[in-house]
Amino acid sequence: MSITAHGQEHAADLHDRRGGDTAPGDEPKGGSEIADGVRSYLVGFGLAVLLTCVSFFVAGTSLVWQPSIPVALFVLAVAQMGVHLVFFLHLNTGADAVNNVMALAFGVLIVILLIAGSLWIMSNLNHNMLRMDQIMQMQR
Amino acid sequence: MLGKLTWAAVPFDQPIPLIAAAAVGIILLGVMGWIVAKGHLPYLWREWITSVDHKRIGIMYCLLAAVMLLRGFADALMMRSQQALAYNAPGYLPPDHYNQIFSAHGTLMIFFVSMPFVIGLMNFAMPLQLGIRDVAFPTLNSVSFWLTATGALLVNISLVVGEFARTGWLPYPPLSEMTYSPGVGVDYYLWALQISGVGTLMSGVNLVTTILKIHAPGMTYLRMPMFCWTSLASNLLIVAAFPILTATLAMLMLDRYLGFHFFTNEAGGNPMMFMNLIWAWGHPEVYILVLPVFGVFSEVVSTFSQKPLFGYRSMVLATMVIFVLAFSVWLHHFFTMGAGGDVNAIFGILSMIIAVPTGVKVFNWLFTMYGGRVIFDTPMMWAVGFMVTFVIGGMTGVLLAVPPADFVLHNSLFLVAHFHNVVIGGVLFGAFAGYTYWFPKAFGFRLDERLGKAAFWCWLVGFYVAFMPLYIVGLQGMTRRMQHYDVAAWRPWLLLAAVGALVILAGIVLQVAQLVVSIRNRESLRDVTGDPWNGRSLEWATSSPPPDFNFAVLPVVTGEEAYWSMKERAREQVQAKQEEPAYAEIEMPRNSPTGFICAFFATIFGFAMIWYIWWMAIAALVCSFATFVVFAWRNRTEYVITAEEVARIDRAHRAVQDRAYAAMQAAQ
Amino acid sequence: MTPPPDQARNGAGPHGAVPGQARARGGWWKPLLGLSVLATAMLAPSSRARGGIAVPAGPGLGDATADRPRPDAGGRTPPPHRPDQYHLGHGGSGQDRQENTEHAEKSAASLRIVVGYGFWIFLLSDIIMFAAFFATFAVLSGQTAGGPGGRELFDLRNVAIETALLLMSSFTCGIASLGVEARRGAWFYGAMAATFVLGAGFIGLEILEFTNLVADGNGPQRSAFLSAFFTLVGCHGLHVTAGLLWLLTMMAQVFAKGYRDDILRRVLCFSLFWHALDIVWVGVFTVVYLIGSGI
Repeated sequence: MSITAHGQEHAADLHDRRGGDTAPGDEPKGGSEIADGVRSYLVGFGLAVLLTCVSFFVAGTSLVWQPSIPVALFVLAVAQMGVHLVFFLHLNTGADAVNNVMALAFGVLIVILLIAGSLWIMSNLNHNMLRMDQIMQMQR
Repeated sequence: MLGKLTWAAVPFDQPIPLIAAAAVGIILLGVMGWIVAKGHLPYLWREWITSVDHKRIGIMYCLLAAVMLLRGFADALMMRSQQALAYNAPGYLPPDHYNQIFSAHGTLMIFFVSMPFVIGLMNFAMPLQLGIRDVAFPTLNSVSFWLTATGALLVNISLVVGEFARTGWLPYPPLSEMTYSPGVGVDYYLWALQISGVGTLMSGVNLVTTILKIHAPGMTYLRMPMFCWTSLASNLLIVAAFPILTATLAMLMLDRYLGFHFFTNEAGGNPMMFMNLIWAWGHPEVYILVLPVFGVFSEVVSTFSQKPLFGYRSMVLATMVIFVLAFSVWLHHFFTMGAGGDVNAIFGILSMIIAVPTGVKVFNWLFTMYGGRVIFDTPMMWAVGFMVTFVIGGMTGVLLAVPPADFVLHNSLFLVAHFHNVVIGGVLFGAFAGYTYWFPKAFGFRLDERLGKAAFWCWLVGFYVAFMPLYIVGLQGMTRRMQHYDVAAWRPWLLLAAVGALVILAGIVLQVAQLVVSIRNRESLRDVTGDPWNGRSLEWATSSPPPDFNFAVLPVVTGEEAYWSMKERAREQVQAKQEEPAYAEIEMPRNSPTGFICAFFATIFGFAMIWYIWWMAIAALVCSFATFVVFAWRNRTEYVITAEEVARIDRAHRAVQDRAYAAMQAAQ
Repeated sequence: MTPPPDQARNGAGPHGAVPGQARARGGWWKPLLGLSVLATAMLAPSSRARGGIAVPAGPGLGDATADRPRPDAGGRTPPPHRPDQYHLGHGGSGQDRQENTEHAEKSAASLRIVVGYGFWIFLLSDIIMFAAFFATFAVLSGQTAGGPGGRELFDLRNVAIETALLLMSSFTCGIASLGVEARRGAWFYGAMAATFVLGAGFIGLEILEFTNLVADGNGPQRSAFLSAFFTLVGCHGLHVTAGLLWLLTMMAQVFAKGYRDDILRRVLCFSLFWHALDIVWVGVFTVVYLIGSGI
């Protein structure tokens, strides 16, 4: 069982193609035609452009009920991030990408906890307490 | 030319730091002189400083932690003696100095004792337990370690050049802003933590990748030893929490260096945002420290009870629940700072919920011991001491998680007693248990049992004598960080606490003695089998110390407790001799000085930034960039250990192991 | 472009050859050494790691020769676990063996997967750092201290152009990674050059915006809102700058060394980095500029 480094790598690649696991960002199916790849990127690019244009339009428009605009923008941004993840970062739900998706899900959970938690805590504090400059004012 | 740095930065008027620094300097110079004179320097450089071997790096992490423990404990002794003396008196430490001491004590103990100790244990043991040859990115591992050492060095430089922060171990603004802390103390803190924090983050990325992507054949997730699970959770927490620390400290730096207004009182800044963000890192940090030692205790309790871990899956589940909940309780560190009842209630309830999985763990350890034939060797003593102590600390923690109670106890010595109760009784006892448990694996001989047990009893008794009084004075209303006081009722308790600190000192002295004695008697303490404790996981399957490549042939795992099942099988075999595998050559990464050189320039960079020596900072950056270029242009990156060499090393170990198996069969 | 023999050998055991330079250089622009340290050392994945590949993983048991302490050569099935009444929840059942089969194959994760995954984890930590800056911006966005707010300061046309540049650069970056996969130099170099031009245009516009703001007296020292704005957007800009330097070096690397495995891994990491920056930018233009200019 003599193993050269090269042989190992080669075997691993073959194995990889069989689909035990996928590196993040790798196309799940190896050896696809370059044209297929371009088509996939084009679809992603088109969707992203579309969503971006809608975002910019919604932000400037007076056609919709104004308080709904931030919510709409938020939804559009999340959708666009999803488009990027799927078409540019090739994230998929296949069995070979479980680790990648799990890591991403964990990251998203932390991001949501951190941002939502901070906003909630700080708005609560600001509601209950005087602003710092006012406290300073009182201490003069 | 030298920015803010002048001779005035050296505290010639303060004898205590100068004498301390002089003593340390003399010892350092002496050690270095001895190394050079004896000709050990090439060996050190070749085998340790440039090593990318996870075992060596793990040992160096633990060594760093041990040295910093001495420094941090010296600070603790000074605080205890100051408070013992300072009843209606100024004591011997001026407030300015006292404030630096408690800040340095906290910073050192958390970032440069606890963190390196647990990371060192993870580095050393986890790849061995997974049955693999190294971590995913060995050179990165070396860089991580040396950056951590850089941080520690910067904190210690502040002893002689300039000053350290007076803000406590977390530099709350607005006190830490330029207006109120114009000196370099906070800058020392910030740069030390930023640089070592990068090292920690890299280490986390490295170990997560290792656990999730590399293991011996057959090592499924649910066959990993408990320590690997807790390491996974801890490192995932590092990856998720340390960027928050980096961002928060970066914002404070921008405030201080460039006049931004994140946390200032002026121009709309909000200091509370700092508390919020720092604790969003700070609470997960608690679990980063304690989860790995939970893993250590799981290994120790099961080994010395001679039983599989009780409720392995519930333990995994509890670890993962703690890991997720760790990010949802951070507000309980500032209940009293203005949040409303609803916010406090939610975070209080979550804080109590997170105690449940911890309780599950304690019961699992107890049930592991129940019905087992428990061997009370030193690691097991630490484990039992931990269980008792940690439960007390946990319960006072639950008490503090009740917002109304917290309004009484916040920032009192009750709080100080609580977190020392969990950090000493949990993290430190766990680190000592792991140190005693894996020492034979690392060096091939055991530590002296008698001195080890004596040290344990000193630590345990000393801990209770030092910190139970602090609970009491805390309930009597004494706040933390007091330089002097005039309440007569506190005095006896503080005197008692000082005595406790002295008992702990005896424990530390005994530990040093244990190490020295063990090294001197190493031949009689030698373990040749590689399995001194009758262990259950794969690290005991190889020799002690393990060869560079850990395993000549990667072990094939067929169930939980991989090594135990191998031994079981061997016991049931008739034939005594193991069949020899086909050896193949092994490629190992070559050593690299990248980590050391990079950290050298990082030290200069940090120092230059602290003292506003811009040209030096830029020069250090350019030099470190050059280091990376040189590293990146290396063409030969690995060396090959031939199959014959592998076979030679492995046969020697197999012969010993065969004899051990034969002895087991004979005993049956 | 055939690599010399020693490099070909090296290709499989790529312990940090040249391209680390790229990442190293990029990293230095971050507030701390982080990216560079990580990225450079990412190039040095363990060959020991690949030890896992050395043992062909059979269904759960591996091959008998490798199973060292198994004295029985005949492949006898291992004895069942020692029965233990307290051993709650422990496996050892047939179901466990099933998992084992699958997982044993995973242990053979190739270097590409290990490196890609490591970088993926690093990117997550980077995004969490951005989340901290986003949270700060969201909390402080109303604190203008009597100074101008987003409505007065932001030029949405500029932002739209920036967004278009970055989106197109993400597309061309994708084309470049297709080109490198297909070993087509023209695709790779052309697309990378386009990515660089687009990215540089983005940075140029951002610098222009920043200098205009500072010149008007609306620098980061003006108010907490502006501090948070400059830090969040500037942090993204620093990342893009780092990415540009990395990009140039990747082109040089492919040119000098050819399509070696280790270089392909670095191209993979670079494209992950670049696409991730685009995702962050989606958050930036939505939260900072679009929502921010409405407030």
